[in-house]
Amino acid sequence: MEYLSIVFQEVYKILFLLVPVLVSVAMIVWLDRRVWAFVQKRQGPNVVGPFGLLQSLADALKYIFKEIIIPSSSNKVIFILAPIVTMTLALIAWAVIPFSATQVLADINVGILYLFAVSSLGVYGIIMGGWASNSKYPFLGAIRSAAQMVSYEVSIGVIIINVLLCVGSLNLNDIVIAQQNMWFVIPLFPMFIIFFISALAETNRPPFDLPEAEAELVAGYQTEYSGMMYAMFWLGEYANILLMCAMGAILFLGGWMSPIDVYPFTLVPGAIWLILKILLLFILFALVKAIVPRYRYDQLMRLGWKVFLPLSLIWVVLTASYLFYFNLLPVN
Amino acid sequence: MIAHAIFFYTFSIIAVVSAIMVTASKNTVHSVFFLILDFISISCLFIMIGAEFLGMIMLIVYVGAVAVLFLFVVMMLNVAQQKNQWFAGQATSKHIPVGLIISTLIFFEIIIVIGGWKYKPEIFDINNSLANTSLSNTHSLGQILYTDYIHVFQISGMILLVAMIGAIVLTFRQRSGVKKQSYIKQISRERAEGVEVLEVQSNKGVKIDD
Repeated sequence: MEYLSIVFQEVYKILFLLVPVLVSVAMIVWLDRRVWAFVQKRQGPNVVGPFGLLQSLADALKYIFKEIIIPSSSNKVIFILAPIVTMTLALIAWAVIPFSATQVLADINVGILYLFAVSSLGVYGIIMGGWASNSKYPFLGAIRSAAQMVSYEVSIGVIIINVLLCVGSLNLNDIVIAQQNMWFVIPLFPMFIIFFISALAETNRPPFDLPEAEAELVAGYQTEYSGMMYAMFWLGEYANILLMCAMGAILFLGGWMSPIDVYPFTLVPGAIWLILKILLLFILFALVKAIVPRYRYDQLMRLGWKVFLPLSLIWVVLTASYLFYFNLLPVN
Repeated sequence: MIAHAIFFYTFSIIAVVSAIMVTASKNTVHSVFFLILDFISISCLFIMIGAEFLGMIMLIVYVGAVAVLFLFVVMMLNVAQQKNQWFAGQATSKHIPVGLIISTLIFFEIIIVIGGWKYKPEIFDINNSLANTSLSNTHSLGQILYTDYIHVFQISGMILLVAMIGAIVLTFRQRSGVKKQSYIKQISRERAEGVEVLEVQSNKGVKIDD
């Protein structure tokens, strides 16, 4: 009986986290399209509901009623598993995101490593989908994205080391609290820029959307998918984008902390600040999509390995020497 | 404790079964997927014994990077065709004795390690005295790795670096006739060297060399 009540409590907490995440993924798709449209002097989706807010729900309804087509020469088990893996990995990462000092589902010691691990597993959904489709375009898209995501993970990992040097802990709440006096975006500004660009590449967003470059690969790894399975890829992708924004907000923008530590601002709950910071980063993501043309593949690889990796490694040495020389290394 | 046991046996059964399936499955891509499942369940076991840092590093390094490259290679190579070439017309393979020798070696190594752990527990007390239980797993690991075992740690890093350079040298080849873009050249071009004005004679045209 005791176990059951614990299980029920945890399930309640998980639902309380996952339902808002899923709803906000639907809203964020709408926001993405609206921002994109406004940059191009269009209206964007504005018909369904107030300001078109319910457009994503209408789309979801359409996807549910569409037929799921499984290609006859595909590897059926892996073909069906691929969108499930993408979606699950995008959602389980939210378990460690702290919404305030106490509001966190799993306050684990190695929170940032968990986030990094789950985001690096995200590539499997794409590879599985691309390979199991047994078709040329999806396969090319999967191969491209495997190389791309592995390359940019390296620089994200090194950037995380930069932040960890200043914090001295792998716990996400500790990382947030370490930014009490100054957000890390100020001393580590170049790293923030590199993190932002690497996050774009990691989530296959334009200008790095080569795995699904429609001019060359039809739709990349999701070409053979239809109906709800396609929608699950889509949801997983946007949940991943939100997750990268949350990671950026926690690592560089002070997470759930208010921008200034004075009376009226401290009343606002931490979750609101975190959501605002995630939204700010997401609008930047959407703007980049609207204003930057797509990269060529060799340029993408050059940027990842020859520019970002050396830069972030040099910055690690600089940060470490600075902290060591001025005796600022966090010791506990 | 019951919940702990349930989780432990679930993960270990998944680990053992998927390890068997790695060698048993006919499709090489399926083998790699089983290998990934094996890695994931072993990292879950690491987390269950409190070695959370090791578990996460296992996920990041093995599943997130090594297995992706593995999968990459297996998908690109036409492994099925090669296998047919190797084993065609051979009832007994040449690889079996080599495999047997290696597996007996590994078996005896495991016997030595487990036997020492079982019958000479005082050998392991040296390490236990270093471990400070008040510190988290990550801290104590770092404190041991970067003090007592710093040379071993650095040497293993150097070996990996040498292996990487070796692999790059092996696959490196210079191809002639490949056009490459140089950003500096492109930006620093002047109009004088880019544009040439020619007098075109009628009925003769201009020869443009490429």
